[in-house]
Amino acid sequence: MKYIDEFNDPELARRLLDEIRATVTRPWALMEVCGGQTHSIIRHGIDQLLPDEVELIHGPGCPVCVTPLDVIDKALEIAARPEVVFCSFGDMLRVPGTGRDLFRVKGEGGDVRVVYSPLDAVDLARKHPDRQVVFFAIGFETTAPANAMAVHQARRLGLANFSLLVSHVRVPPAIEAIMTAPACRVQGFLAAGHVCSVMGTAEYPDLAERHRVPVVVTGFEPLDILEGIRRAVHQLERGEHRVENAYPRAVRDRGNPAAVRMIEEVFEVTDRNWRGIGRIPDSGWRLTDAFRDFDAEHRFDVTGIRTEEPAACRAGEVLQGLIKPTDCAAFGTSCTPRTPLGATMVSSEGACAAYYLYRRMTDSPAPVSSAQEMNPVG
Amino acid sequence: MADLATASTAAAVDPANWTCPAPLRDQPVVVMGHGGGGALSAELIDQVFAPAYGNPTLAALTDSAVLGLGGARLAFSTDSHVVRPLFFPGGSLGDLAVNGTVNDLAMSGARPTHLSAAFILEEGVELAVLERVARAMGAAAEAAGVTIATGDTKVVESGHGDGVYVTTAGVGLVPEGVDIRPQRARPGDAVIVSGPIGLHGVAVLSVREGLEFGVGITSDTAPLADLVAAMLAVTPDLHVLRDPTRGGLGAALNEIARASGTGVRLRERAVPVPDEVANACGFLGLDPLYVANEGRLVAFVPAEHAEAVLAAMRAHPQGTGAALIGECVADHPGMVVVATGLGGTRVLDLPLGEQLPRIC
Repeated sequence: MKYIDEFNDPELARRLLDEIRATVTRPWALMEVCGGQTHSIIRHGIDQLLPDEVELIHGPGCPVCVTPLDVIDKALEIAARPEVVFCSFGDMLRVPGTGRDLFRVKGEGGDVRVVYSPLDAVDLARKHPDRQVVFFAIGFETTAPANAMAVHQARRLGLANFSLLVSHVRVPPAIEAIMTAPACRVQGFLAAGHVCSVMGTAEYPDLAERHRVPVVVTGFEPLDILEGIRRAVHQLERGEHRVENAYPRAVRDRGNPAAVRMIEEVFEVTDRNWRGIGRIPDSGWRLTDAFRDFDAEHRFDVTGIRTEEPAACRAGEVLQGLIKPTDCAAFGTSCTPRTPLGATMVSSEGACAAYYLYRRMTDSPAPVSSAQEMNPVG
Repeated sequence: MADLATASTAAAVDPANWTCPAPLRDQPVVVMGHGGGGALSAELIDQVFAPAYGNPTLAALTDSAVLGLGGARLAFSTDSHVVRPLFFPGGSLGDLAVNGTVNDLAMSGARPTHLSAAFILEEGVELAVLERVARAMGAAAEAAGVTIATGDTKVVESGHGDGVYVTTAGVGLVPEGVDIRPQRARPGDAVIVSGPIGLHGVAVLSVREGLEFGVGITSDTAPLADLVAAMLAVTPDLHVLRDPTRGGLGAALNEIARASGTGVRLRERAVPVPDEVANACGFLGLDPLYVANEGRLVAFVPAEHAEAVLAAMRAHPQGTGAALIGECVADHPGMVVVATGLGGTRVLDLPLGEQLPRIC
């Protein structure tokens, strides 16, 4: 397939790996920021192929994983209302809130729907004027333009029955928080390619300079990732710390100005809680006052929901790259995708889920329970 | 971006105090994943059905039960069919209802002969729609060489169903000397798939409301009993056959690995995935290995017969795209491990429930 097969080529991968091996002389710790990159690395076994000196630390860039518990609880509260059609990206449905998830709300009669675009939710609002259609607007800079566009369109169409539950997050403040945390081990970043395709690269030279870390804008296919690693290692070995674009087929330095304008029209920067991490200043977006009428938190009066997150797992340390998922005692035992202790075990982009799905070879074999002795497939 | 002043506030975040939420355990209500053919489906059987009426025959983990009756060995299976939309590129609910049960019977090596058909109809469904479904069932039965010998119809009030649901059951005779079941997988067995995967699941998704996308592929729904007969003509000693429907190839291989206590080693590059399936899965964030098929089988064949069986499959209309995709191993019992195209490895787990399209 064009633009996928080319970036999966085993021979080219071997050449990039050879080059990385030839360049590296001492240990380096790189963080891939985006959960999509983590997924690709583990799915293709890229971390197994790298020389021992190159360690990949999996960053906090899984939007599902970092959406805070109180926002999930607000979503559950709103989705359970009889007048509401609650629309979400698919992988938010299994994220545990306090005591239940959106699948459960759906099972109990809530109208919860998976949509592939927020504009589909606007369409639903137009077709069902008697229902309140709410879209769960989560994600990084990547999903923000389409969500902003949805609100923009809803206002243009005069839809009084459409709203967003917003929990948008921004990458640069998270990198800032990681680099300034005392235990930080990260020496270079593979920046999230799709985030940069929207925002461009202008936010990164200052971060690279102040923290003296290479920032390489990196894509998601295996060769993209290997090329990002190759360039980061090359910079580190030469003592450089520049912003480089290793994903030029998708990212221009100025990003997508039309998308940025749309974001700026609808959203404003705000502090945001990150699940498992805590509050990071200026790390999110919320609707501006001009669009307050489209804010589901106000429309459904759930602003008062404040959930304390009990300390139950070490996802925060995983999200910051302080431990590998397999270092956690709960990993694969009390914490599995079926019974997640934390959101990193839920989304396929979460580091714990990626490890669980693809990396249990060294663990004990899968148990054969009496359940599996019967026929689960018809 | 955070300025220096706010950055120092961010530094106050103490990683040692980073927390995560409390667990969410068992579901007290049925959720969609319980019908996904994955781990949640298995739990439902374990926690609800097995305690109520479990028995050794049911516990055999086969697509169809094989019963000794009056000196003959009778394969017996049932399958309920719900699909939206009812008609999709390459087939319809009617095709699935017949082929699903025919294939479940064929996976024990049986020659299917008779089916039953039970309809649950929603008040208000147009008779023309029902006629189309029924005609498709008639044509599919003829193609598969089975007789629909008995049936039943119930109607539920408008709003209490989703148009048309069909449950079929079927019987067939298992030839002498044939013993095909998941427990018989042995290290050394060749793992063969009968053709390209993921076509049915992607064809149905491509016409689902709210997700229409242009893709030039059609469902693979087809009866497989004749292909199985061609394989048995090479050797009656086929170890395992499975039709990878819900949960796809990934679920089928995991069930076989667990039932037999063997490992499965899959070569990712050898698995035939059509470009259109790879593309659609790429943008939806799905794994083709977990996408449903309705006209494919996966076979565990003793190594010494693998080449001859593969040749016989390729000579059959339902097996022209057959491919050797891996082997059964003694390592990592109960697990399926994929050798990735780049030379790494990963575990291919039993899917939890339905695959969830990713956010981005």
